[in-house]
Order: sequence, then structure tokens, then C-alpha cells
Amino acid sequence: MSLLEIVILLPLIAALAIWLGAPTRATSVGTAILNLLIVLSLVVQFKSASAGKAGFAFESARVVLENPAISFGVGADGVALILALLTTLVTLAAVWQISPEKPALYHIASLLIAGGALGAFLCTDIFFIYAFHELALIPTFLMIALHGHGDSDHRKAVAWKITIYLGAGSLVLLAGLAWLVLEYSGGGKLTFDLNALRAQAAATPLPVDKQGMIFFVLLLGFGTLVSLFPLHSWAAPAYATAPTPVAMLHSGVLKKFGLYGLLRIAMPLLPQGVQVPWVHQALLYMLIGNILVMGFVTINQKRLDDLLANSSVMHMGYIFLGLAAGTEIALRGAVLLMFAHGISIALLFSLVGRLRSQLGTLELSKLGGLGGHAPTFTVLFAFGAFASIGLPGLANFAGEVMVFIGSFTKFGTTEFGMLQWSVVIGLWGVVMSAVYMLRAYRSIFHGTAASGLFMTDTSFSQRVPLILLAATLLIVGCCPWLLLGLIKTDLAAGIATAAH
Amino acid sequence: MSVFSIEVGLAILGLLLLVLEAFVPTIARRTLAGISMGGVLLALLLFIFANKDAAMLPEFVRPFHQFDTLALFYKGFALVITLIVLWLTSECAPYLTKYTVDGRVSEMFSLPLIVCAGMMWMASAKDMVTVFVALELVTVSFYVLVAYARKSALALEAGVKYLILGALSTGVLVYGIAWIYGATGSLTFDGIAKALASPATAKMPVLLGAAFLLAGLGFKVAAAPFQMWVPDVYQGAPIPVTTFLSVGSKAAGFVVLTRVVNSFLGDGSIIAPEIQGLLLVGGSLTVLLGSLPAMFQQSVKRLLAYSSISHAGYLLLALACRDSARMDLNSGGVVAFYLATYLPMTVLGFLVLAILRVNGGGEDIRDFRGLAKKSPLLALVMTVALASLAGLPLTAGFMGKLFVFLGLVDHSYWGALACAVIGAAAGFYYYFKTILAIYSSEVGCPENLSLSVFSKAGAVLLAVAIVVLGVFPRPLQALLDSASAPVASAE
Repeated sequence: MSLLEIVILLPLIAALAIWLGAPTRATSVGTAILNLLIVLSLVVQFKSASAGKAGFAFESARVVLENPAISFGVGADGVALILALLTTLVTLAAVWQISPEKPALYHIASLLIAGGALGAFLCTDIFFIYAFHELALIPTFLMIALHGHGDSDHRKAVAWKITIYLGAGSLVLLAGLAWLVLEYSGGGKLTFDLNALRAQAAATPLPVDKQGMIFFVLLLGFGTLVSLFPLHSWAAPAYATAPTPVAMLHSGVLKKFGLYGLLRIAMPLLPQGVQVPWVHQALLYMLIGNILVMGFVTINQKRLDDLLANSSVMHMGYIFLGLAAGTEIALRGAVLLMFAHGISIALLFSLVGRLRSQLGTLELSKLGGLGGHAPTFTVLFAFGAFASIGLPGLANFAGEVMVFIGSFTKFGTTEFGMLQWSVVIGLWGVVMSAVYMLRAYRSIFHGTAASGLFMTDTSFSQRVPLILLAATLLIVGCCPWLLLGLIKTDLAAGIATAAH
Repeated sequence: MSVFSIEVGLAILGLLLLVLEAFVPTIARRTLAGISMGGVLLALLLFIFANKDAAMLPEFVRPFHQFDTLALFYKGFALVITLIVLWLTSECAPYLTKYTVDGRVSEMFSLPLIVCAGMMWMASAKDMVTVFVALELVTVSFYVLVAYARKSALALEAGVKYLILGALSTGVLVYGIAWIYGATGSLTFDGIAKALASPATAKMPVLLGAAFLLAGLGFKVAAAPFQMWVPDVYQGAPIPVTTFLSVGSKAAGFVVLTRVVNSFLGDGSIIAPEIQGLLLVGGSLTVLLGSLPAMFQQSVKRLLAYSSISHAGYLLLALACRDSARMDLNSGGVVAFYLATYLPMTVLGFLVLAILRVNGGGEDIRDFRGLAKKSPLLALVMTVALASLAGLPLTAGFMGKLFVFLGLVDHSYWGALACAVIGAAAGFYYYFKTILAIYSSEVGCPENLSLSVFSKAGAVLLAVAIVVLGVFPRPLQALLDSASAPVASAE
């Protein structure tokens, strides 16, 4: 059994063990630590494992069906490893902060979502990439409906909304993937293997207009899963209502699956798809919607959880911008931003969960002056909030700046078009982020506390995972090459050459 | 030992049990159950190890008995589902006896054997006469089984509905066969396919016959617009019989449909476009009329009935997609594969329902509330079954849906694909509604759930089968490849 298979299966086995009666906290935290260590060791080994060969490292495959060819194939390249690292970091923080009195379902659901995300990131067969992502559907649904915040009707409504949205989105995605796979079937034998499909795509590329159509279907499918405007309306209420570990894992990790799918499946297999003018225009309009519309929506939020949930939808716009530009710098920036956003939003949701359980309210107008009560908490929150704004020195900045520069550099080879305007609007988005984040920060931590408002600071044991996340933001922000060095292959190869 | 003698043996055993029960009224239920289950188990073992060479068949059956992979699969399928139904019957007997005359359930141990023989025979049918006789053997036995719990008003209603509509559909079926015989001069599938390939055959009479034939078969497999009877009959019939109807009867209908459609859509068939269109429209309608009303059901039994309708729709859509240059999957193979995955999930759903029923619970969604607290095992296996019925990946149910989707995309049947997507999305709603009830904190399920060791083992086995087939479907590869090629081209 390869290490990658162990990484994927370990959380699933741990979830089953907890269901069978294993000690909840010890099992899930132990699994999360073990998984993080394995992924770190893979990161260290990656350089030698990937030396001198293109494509995936640590590959292994087990055939599960011969015709159509489906195999449980695993493999990792730089992008997959970065996202696996993100998953294991957030999983550890998420299961760590679950308080002991919560039912076992909290741990089981977190582990299932984590296992599903790892499977989706580390598999090399489209069948399993798709299948693992769906693993999160039932746990997310149950956790929001049963243990979400708010009254029973509200959380059930929210749970239905996310389930139907994501269920329908993934069915559209399935149709798009089926189309893609069929177009590349060589000699009547279908294969779902990414390597084989890539070889096929390089040998016999599809006509450009067909690439555009399939890409658009995939964009709708994957886009729904990433809350691409206007398919985003499930996301904000779901994150605001979901129990803390689910909000952390879903917004921090699982949502990246849609972006990962575009980068891993749609763009390499349909290299000219995103450059087809009408697809490109549509994508740009949608991502401007994410940045501009959701930016204004976020500014208008009165509660901290709604604010974070909406900001998380808004920030997806930058990552889409990186994908839409398709230059090497922008794509690498998008990958970095996926990682940075995942860490920062998980950190913020974890802190918000603590605020909610201590204070019972998240209305910004009722909070204030907490900086004096809980200095460590405040500092940690500042890390998350400033990272989210894009303050230099923290990870998000590196990603955003690469996306903006990478997208803008197309100017010169092309005229000053939609893409460049999107960058301009995106820059204004950063200003909007600063407005709502700083305003929230001020109203929660500065000023004088309202009467009766009091919170205790985080204890040492509670701090460990939070400091881990904050430190990651700082380290990656100062030394982004630590992660970007993992991306060996040219992400833009084949994409940028498209006629435009 | 030839497979044919196993079928004959089963039918004889069924008759013997009927007689035994009539002349020895004091015979214990357990003895009857034991004999009949033992008989089917023996038949299954004999079947597995039997010589499956067509040359082993007695001379006189060869002209009307075919013996391909598909036939063998459906014979095995019939034996397995019959065994499961008999076992379910003995599990359900404690509550069933409350509704039967004199508290007897003896016929419920003999009639399924006859149904099984009929289904096995049907799997090998080569001509319309065999189809008709075998189909009637199955249907007539079902008339009795459906209305068996006579003291329940719902069961009586179900029995009457099934009888009247069943008889009507039989008439329609025979009428269709007659028209086809008149137009093509043949009753065998081969002969019909050959006649259809010749431009000399008159088109309208064949089409008329084909329409009647498909309508008659559509009733048996619960295809729209002949699906009205399903919810009421499924709800009224005893749970083992519902399971039998939902899995066995449907599979039997689909093996015939596969053969009939293969002969209608053979190379150069003059009615191919019309039949293809009928299957697509019928399949899409069935998916929608199954899954949309299911969203409003409160009874899990009715919900499973509607779910069974929508699965019939996916199966019809699978039949409509012939193999192409891009995808060499045979539609008959896909249908057989789908049914193989459909068996464990449907049986598991009904098994959990039966266990609740035996323990004094109800059949509504609210009767599942709090099951996770009372019995984590049942909660988990039911979640697996429902996830699979909804078609979530990593369960068996996804594989079947995946092939249907692939086929529809392959042929660019976008309208049907849209219906399939809508049906599957609606499925998320009504299956998840039940899952939510299972894990809710209120309690509506029976306080004390006592499970026999057999029930536990059976439930776990079925759940494992669902997951294994969803992750590792390779054991069914042979089925998927089963080349039941269009008959005309095989000649």
C-alpha cells in the first residue's frame, strides 16, 4: 500500500473506528497528526521522487474495472501536495477545536470530509476524483441540519439549500465529465485515467469550439462547487450556519475542489477551452460578480459569521481571475491563494466558533472592547483578518499579487481588455476587503466592552492548532517559494499557446 | 445436471409444498420455510456448479431456450432474490400472521418457488410464446401473493388493483404479439429481427404491435404512463412481496424488454427510430413521474415504490442507448449491471423497513426518527442503502447511473439527460429526507429493537456488497461485457 493511499484511507478508517466505539477525540486528533506528518514527509521526499520525470510522483494504481477503464490510481504533483498539506493542516485544527461534550458525529463528519478532500486531491483517475468529493455531501448535510446554528427550521432550510445546490452542481459536472471522457475515448474503450486522457488530448486535440462548450459545462459544474457568481448563493448561509469544524473544512478545503478540478482536469484536457472568447468573457463576468457584487454584499453584513462567509465567496473571484488569465505566474498565484485562503478562513472560522460559544452573539454592533479581555485571541484574529485583506508578509498577499501581476502582464500582447479591467476591479476588491475586515476588527476588539460582555482568552491547549495556522500564514507569506518550489511542471504549458 | 432441470425441479417443489400444506395442515411454519429455503439454496448451489454448456439441454427444449450470459445472469438473479424473499418472509411472519386468514403464511413459502421457476424460464425465452407463458406464471402467482394479507384493507385494495390492471396489460401484451406475428410472420426474436430488417415488411402494423407489446411490458416493469398501480400495490402488499415485485418482477420484465428491444433495434430495422424515441420519451417520463412525486411522500414504503419507478426509468434510458464507436458498452449488459447493483440496495431498504415493522414500528418517515440512537447498526446500513439509491459515488447505485449518463451523453440525448439530472437531483431530496429522520434527536422508531443474528448478518452483508460494488465493480465486468448482440447480426 502506498503512502498516498494510506493518507486517503486513514481518516475514513478512523471515522469507521469512531462509529464502532473508538475514543472519539484521541482517534481523530491522532489520525489528523499522523496524516499531517505523512504529508510533510511526502513533501520532503517529493524533490527526489519527482526528479527527472514529468507528471505525477508516488504513483500507484489498482484496476477496479477494465472496460470502461477505471482504476483507483493515486499520484501527486506539486499542486496536489500543496492542497493535501492544506487539508491535513486544517483537519488537525478542525478536529482539535471540537469540545469534548460534542457528539461523535462531529469527529466522524470532519474525518469523512477530510478523507473525501484528500481522495479528490490525490487521485489520478477522474472517477475517483469525482467520487471522493461527493463523500462530504451526507456528513455536511447532517451536521448543518442537526447541529447547525440557529433554530431548527433555519438550519434545515440551509442544509437543504447546500445539498440540492451541490448535488445538482455535481450532476452537471458529471454530465460534463462524461462528455469529456467520451470525446477522448480511443477506439471505443473509455478511460478515466488522467495520464491516458492527457496523452490523448495532446495527440488528438478536440476542435476549439467543442473544447469551449465542454469547458463551459465543466465551469458551471465546478463553479457551483466553488460558489462562482451567480451560482454562489448556497455558500454564505451554509458557512454561517454550519458547526465550526464543518465550516472550517468546507470553506477552507473542500471548496477548493472546484478550482482544483478546473486546474487539474478542465484546463489541461481542454487547453484552448478557457480561451474561447465567449467562455472567457462569461468567466470574467462571473468572477467580477464574485469580487464586486459579493464585495458590496460583504461590506453590508451586520454579523461576523455572515461577514466571513460572504468574504469567503468574494475571495474565490481572485483565484478564478488567476485561472482565467492562464499565465504561469497567475496560475501559480492562484494555487498559492487557494492554500492561503484555506488556512486564513479556517483560522477565522475557528475563532468565530469560540466567540459564538463564549458570547452567544456575533452581532457586530453588540461586540466591542474584547482586545483587553483576550489579547492572544485578538492577535490570532488579527493574523487571519490581515491575511484575508492581503497584508504583505502573510500568505494571501503573495498569492494575490502574483494573480494580479500575472493577469496584467497579458497587456502588451493583447489590448487593454476585459482581463485587465478585471484586475483593476480586483484591486478595488482588496480595498473593500480592508474596509469590512478592519471595521469588524475595530468593532470587536477596540473601544470599550458593552456591559456584561466578557470572554476568557484561549488556553494553551486551544492555542496550539491556531498558532499552527497563523504561523503557516506567516511562513508561507515570507517564503512563498517553500510551496511554489513544489510546482515543477509548467502549469501554463499548452494553455497560453491558444489563439486569442 | 443441466440448468433446465433445476428450473423444473423448483416448480415441482413449489407444487409439492402446496399439496403438502393442504393435506398436512398441522405442519409447522418453520418446517415449510426450511424446506422451501433449503430447496432454493440447493438449487442455487447446483446452479453455480452446474454444467452451463448449451449442449446439456434436453433436446426438446433447445428450440425455445437460449443460453447466453444474460440468461444465466438472470437465472442466478432470480434464485438469489427468491432466497432473500423467502428469508424475509420468515422474518416478517410474526406480524404478517396478524393479517392473514387463520394466521397462515404457508403459501408464501411455496408460490415464490413457482415465480422463481417462471423468471428463470423467462430469462431463456427465445420467442413470444415462451415469454407470454412464463410471464403469466409469474404474474398469476403474484396476484395471490399481493393480496395475501387479506385482513388488511390496503392489501385487498392492492390485490384488486394489481389483478385488474395486470389482466388488462396481459390482454394488451397478447394483442401486440398477435399484430407482430401478423406483420412479420414470426414469433421468435430472431425471426422478428430478420423480418424487420427487410424493407418488404409493412411498417405500420409492426409499429402498432410493438407499441402494444411495449405497453404490456411497460406495465410489468412500472414504466410511465403505466406506473400508476405501483405506489398503491407496493404499499398494500406484504413487505417480502413488495421486495419481490420491486426487484424480481422488475428484473424479469427487463430481461424480456432487453430481448424484445434487441430484436426491434437490430441492424437495419425499419422501426428503429420510432422504438428508440419511445424508449427515450418513456424513460424520461418514468424518471420524472417516479422521482418528482416521491418528494412528497410520507411513507417510506411508498417512497421506495416511487424510487423503484424512477429506477425503471433509468433502466429504460439505458436500453435506448445502443453501443457506439466511442463506447462499446452493450445496453443489455448495462441493464443487467444496473439490476445487479439495484438488488442489494433495494433489498436492504426493505429489510430495514421489515425489521422496524416486526418490532412494532410504522412505515412512515417519522417512524425512522432517532433510529441512529436506538440502533446505530441499522442507521448506518440504511444510510448506505439510501445513499446508493440516490446514486452517490462509492456506492453501487452510482455505477449504474454513471453508465446511463455516459450513454445519454454519448448519443447526445440532451433532453433525456436533463430529465435524468432532474430526477437524480430530486432523489437527493427524498432520500436525504429519510436520512435526516434517522439521525434526528426526536424518537419515533420502536423503543426496543430486537434483531435476529440473521437480520444483522444479512444487513451488514448487503451494505458491504453495496460499498464493494461501488468501489470495486470488477466482479461484474463479465456482465457488462455480456455480448447479447443484436440478434439479427449474430445470425
